[in-house]
Order: sequence, then structure tokens, then C-alpha cells
Amino acid sequence: MARRERKARRPRVPQTLDRQLVTPEGVPLNLRLGSAGARAGAFLIDAIIMVAVLIGASLLIASLAIGGPRGAASLYAVVWLLGFFLLRNFYFVLFEAGKRAATPGKRLLKLRVVSRDGGRLTGSAVLARNLLREIEVFLPLFFLAFAFAEGMATAWTATLALGWALILVFLPLFNRDRLRAGDLIAGTWVVEREVRTLGEDLLIQTAHASDQARISPFSAAELDAYGAFELQRLEEVLRRNDRADLYAVATAIRRKLGRREEGYDLAFLEAYYAALRHHLERKLLFGQRKRDKFDRFGAG
Amino acid sequence: MTVTFATRHFRAEREGDWARLEGLLDQLEKKSPRRLSDADLVDLPRLYRATLSALSIARATSLDASLVGYLEALSTRAYFALYSAREPWWQQVKAFFTTGWPRAVRAIAPELLLATALLILSAVAAYHLVRTDPAWYSAMISPELASGRDMNASAATLRGSLYAPPDQGGLHVFATSLFTHNSQVAITAFALGFLFGIPTIILSVQNGAMAGAMFAAFVPHGLGWGLFAWLMIHGTTEIGAIAIAAAAGMHIGRAVAFPGERTRMAAAADAGRRGAVVMIGVILMLLVAGLLEGFARQLVNDDSARLAIGAMMLALWTLYFTFGGRRGAA
Repeated sequence: MARRERKARRPRVPQTLDRQLVTPEGVPLNLRLGSAGARAGAFLIDAIIMVAVLIGASLLIASLAIGGPRGAASLYAVVWLLGFFLLRNFYFVLFEAGKRAATPGKRLLKLRVVSRDGGRLTGSAVLARNLLREIEVFLPLFFLAFAFAEGMATAWTATLALGWALILVFLPLFNRDRLRAGDLIAGTWVVEREVRTLGEDLLIQTAHASDQARISPFSAAELDAYGAFELQRLEEVLRRNDRADLYAVATAIRRKLGRREEGYDLAFLEAYYAALRHHLERKLLFGQRKRDKFDRFGAG
Repeated sequence: MTVTFATRHFRAEREGDWARLEGLLDQLEKKSPRRLSDADLVDLPRLYRATLSALSIARATSLDASLVGYLEALSTRAYFALYSAREPWWQQVKAFFTTGWPRAVRAIAPELLLATALLILSAVAAYHLVRTDPAWYSAMISPELASGRDMNASAATLRGSLYAPPDQGGLHVFATSLFTHNSQVAITAFALGFLFGIPTIILSVQNGAMAGAMFAAFVPHGLGWGLFAWLMIHGTTEIGAIAIAAAAGMHIGRAVAFPGERTRMAAAADAGRRGAVVMIGVILMLLVAGLLEGFARQLVNDDSARLAIGAMMLALWTLYFTFGGRRGAA
């Protein structure tokens, strides 16, 4: 008995990547965490950029050092050493501390770093999450290079290093929030950065007026045939505006409503969409939400 | 018709505001906030709240999925733009030196004591081990690092390594490579703290042992004092920085292992952010140490002068970390 009770009380853990953030104004905003694939892709792009910059800068400095006066060679060495150090440790930090909170790779894949508590992303959090890359990326790399150099004699160390690296690299897959070791330490996570454009207002009829005139008004029974879910699928179809889709959907709806008219698919769907939305939204104002066509609650 | 109320008017009335907010956010992401006009800056929070409230209304009354989705994305974007606004760079830098850094170091004082004790104890232990059995020397110091300064080296070789002028004029290359190498070691020590701090402890013991073994090679030739001065001119800064980095790592390890009343995640995040502040300071300290080691040590050949510089740096750091940033709210 007691056991069953405890099981029931345990909060359900979300299995999706959707998270909610409640703003100080009290409005919940839905966030979507960056998927492991997007994160890996972003890192790969950043790694390629870093290697490209390193090679390019090295070649430039080398050519300058060879072409320049003899005494200056050591100065170029200093520049290279400092540049390498900065690139290795601060590439991620400088980009993520910027306004977009994302490296070029993350920007390309529409990701950004945010603080897990919804507060401001501080410079120290960005630094903490990226200093940890030292043991996530660079140390295992050195171990591997070392193992290759030493040959089979150190197969043991190579295996250990590889295991360690694999655990840290795949750590995001072992927790629901897709946290790297660095995210754990810094209290951050990576979310999708969504920029959407406002779609056309579908209540404005675009079909020809003569077509519109041929659609007879919808009865209450006809408007009760569908719910919000179907309305939003219809919205998608109208936005896509593909003739074949319009025909298929119009035929399906006509069959369900028992209407005979043929042709004028666009005019029919637009009219039905507008009528259905007015109908459902008016019910919504009275607190009745009809989720889909099977929902009996909002039907009456 | 009465039914035409609904979201059509709702949308038509507010669409202009949303477009304006979108435009402002685009500008904000591309340029600095200072480039926006005063009117824009005043409008930004108002437009954000209007959009947020429109989102709430739309969720409750509208079945237009695209509208709700758009408002959601726009509100989220505006939220992060407004609430993640940061102070200007120079103010952050100022806050770091006047309060952030010394306070963060004081906050990890227990770990710092532990790290220092570990370094000293392991140095003493290594010294005694090597004095009783010289075979230990090679176990603690690799041949490349020793570069001839081993137990069989003559007094002249050892003396030369302490006081001889450097081979080439490349002091700045030497200083730079010291700085980057040491910083990398410090960052590794910090990052390893994530694994409950154990690798960090091992790393500091190893570093302490190296110094101890070194002394065991020099002391029999009467060069102990000279080595001490050679080490301390930059060592008070460098070893201090390494100890602080190790302490920051242990701080994270301690927070992960013993979070106290907070959740483990919250404790780790707290410790990690504090550790990051400390680490900026460590890298700066190592920059100073690299300059001292690369230039001052090669140019100053006198034991007491070297010791004086080292002692002065130690006093400076101690005073700064003890008394810096005491004023104002903690």
C-alpha cells in the first residue's frame, strides 16, 4: 500500500526537450533545449573554425617571420604562443559572452546559451562552462596522441583515456537536460533560438468573390464536427496552399459534413476555416475548449 | 456580425507594436544598446510587456497556432534580450578587481589552506624521501624537466643552472611559454575539480613533490638557499596561483560531493561560477609570474634581491586577498 502511494506521488519527469520558464511577470514561456545532434554539429563547426584560424594564422606568422628582419623572429613566436593560448581557452568564452550568447557554430544551428534559472547569463558562468572543455576535449586528445606516440605499450592508458573521454562527451545523453559537464558547473543550458515570422491573417478571405458567394453558410451541426486540433491542421494546409492538399482536405471535410458542392476548394476551406474559428473561439470565451473532434466537452 | 470580434481585431490593433519590438530586437542584437535612441530604450520594456500580455490573451482566446507561436518566439527573444543585459565591460572589469576577485578568493579560503598545506607537505615528504634514497628522484622528476640537474650532477652544473645568464636573448619567448604552459596546467587543475576534486589533489601533490625533490638535489651542495631564492622570486606568485587554482577545483569537488542544504546542481553551479572568477585572477597572476620568471629572475642574480622581490609579491597578494573588497555589501 504505502509503496504504491509513494510511486504515485513521484512527479512525472518530462521526457521531451520542452522546458518552461516563468518570467518575473508570471507568464510561462516554452523553451526547447538544443538536441544532442545540434550541439555536436555546432561544436564540430566551431572546431573546424578554430583549426582553420590556427593554420591560417600560423602560416601568416611564419611567412612574416621568414620575410621580416632577423631579430624580430622571437617576437613572432610570442605572438603565436599568446594567440594559440587565447584561441584554445577563450574562443568559446568571448563569443558566448557576447550579446547573442552563441559561438558561430551555435548561431548557425540556432542555439544559444542561457542560465538555467532564467536569470542573467554572467561572464563567470560562461567562463566556467568553457574552462571545463579542457578536460572534456583537450586532455583526452592529448592522451590519445600520447598513446599513439608510445604504441601498444600504453594500450591501457589509451583505453582509460578513451573511456573517460567517451563518458564526458556523451554525458549530455545521460541526463534529461542535455547538460555537458561545463553546463553542470556553470548552471547553464543550451536552448533553441527561434525566430518566427507572423503568418498571414487567414480570416481575410483571398478567394474570388464569385467563388465565395457560392459557399452556403455553415450550420451549427457542421461547425461542431471538428475541434481545435483539426482547425490547426487546416490552418497548416491553408498556409502551405498546395492545390493537391487543398483538394484532398476539402473532399474529406465535405464528406464529413455531407456537402455536395464540388470545386472552389480554396474558397470553401477559407470560409469553413473562418466560420469554425469564430465558432470555437467564441466557445473559448465561455470557457469551453473543444480539443479535437472526439472531445465531447465543448460540443454542447 | 457579432462574431467578428475575436482575434482579428486583437491582432490588427497590436500588430504594429510587435513589428516594432522585432525591429528593436534586431537592432539590439547587431549593435550595442548605446546606439539605440532614448525613445527606443524607453519603449523596449513597454513593448516587451505588451507582447507578453498579448501572448497570455492569445493563448486563452485564439486558436491561430501561427499567431501564438509567433508571440511565444518573440516574447522569449525579448525576454533574453532584456533580462540578460549586462553592465558595460569597463564596469565589469572594475568590479572584478575591486570586489569580485578578492571576495571569491576569500570564499574558497578553507580549500586554499588545504591546497597550500598539500603542496608544502608533499614537498617536505619528497625531500626526505629523496635524501634517504636518491632513486626516488627520477620517479618524481622526469629527465627532460631535470635537464641534467639530477642527484649525480656536480655543484658547478647546479650552480650554473641557478645563476648562469640565459642562452639566448629570447627572454620574452621564455616568459610567454612559461605563462601559457602554467595557465594551461592551472586550468586543467581547476577543471579536474569536477571529478570530486581528487585529480586536483593528485596534481598538487605531484607539483609539491617535484619542488621537494629538486631541493634534495641542491641542498647537499650547499645551494639550498640559492634554489629557494631562484624559486621564490616568481614562486610566491606562481605557486600561489597554482594553489588557488587547485583550491577552486577542490571547491567545486566539495560542492558536488557535499552540497549541504542546496540541491547538488545548485551547489555545483554556485561553486563553478565562483571558481571561474577565481580562475580569471589565476591567469592574471600567472601572467605576472611569467614576467617575473622570464625577465626578473634572469636579470637579477643576487639571492637576497630575488628573495626580496618574492617576499614583496607574497605580501602584496596576501594584503590584496585579505583586505580587498571588504567595503560595501558582501
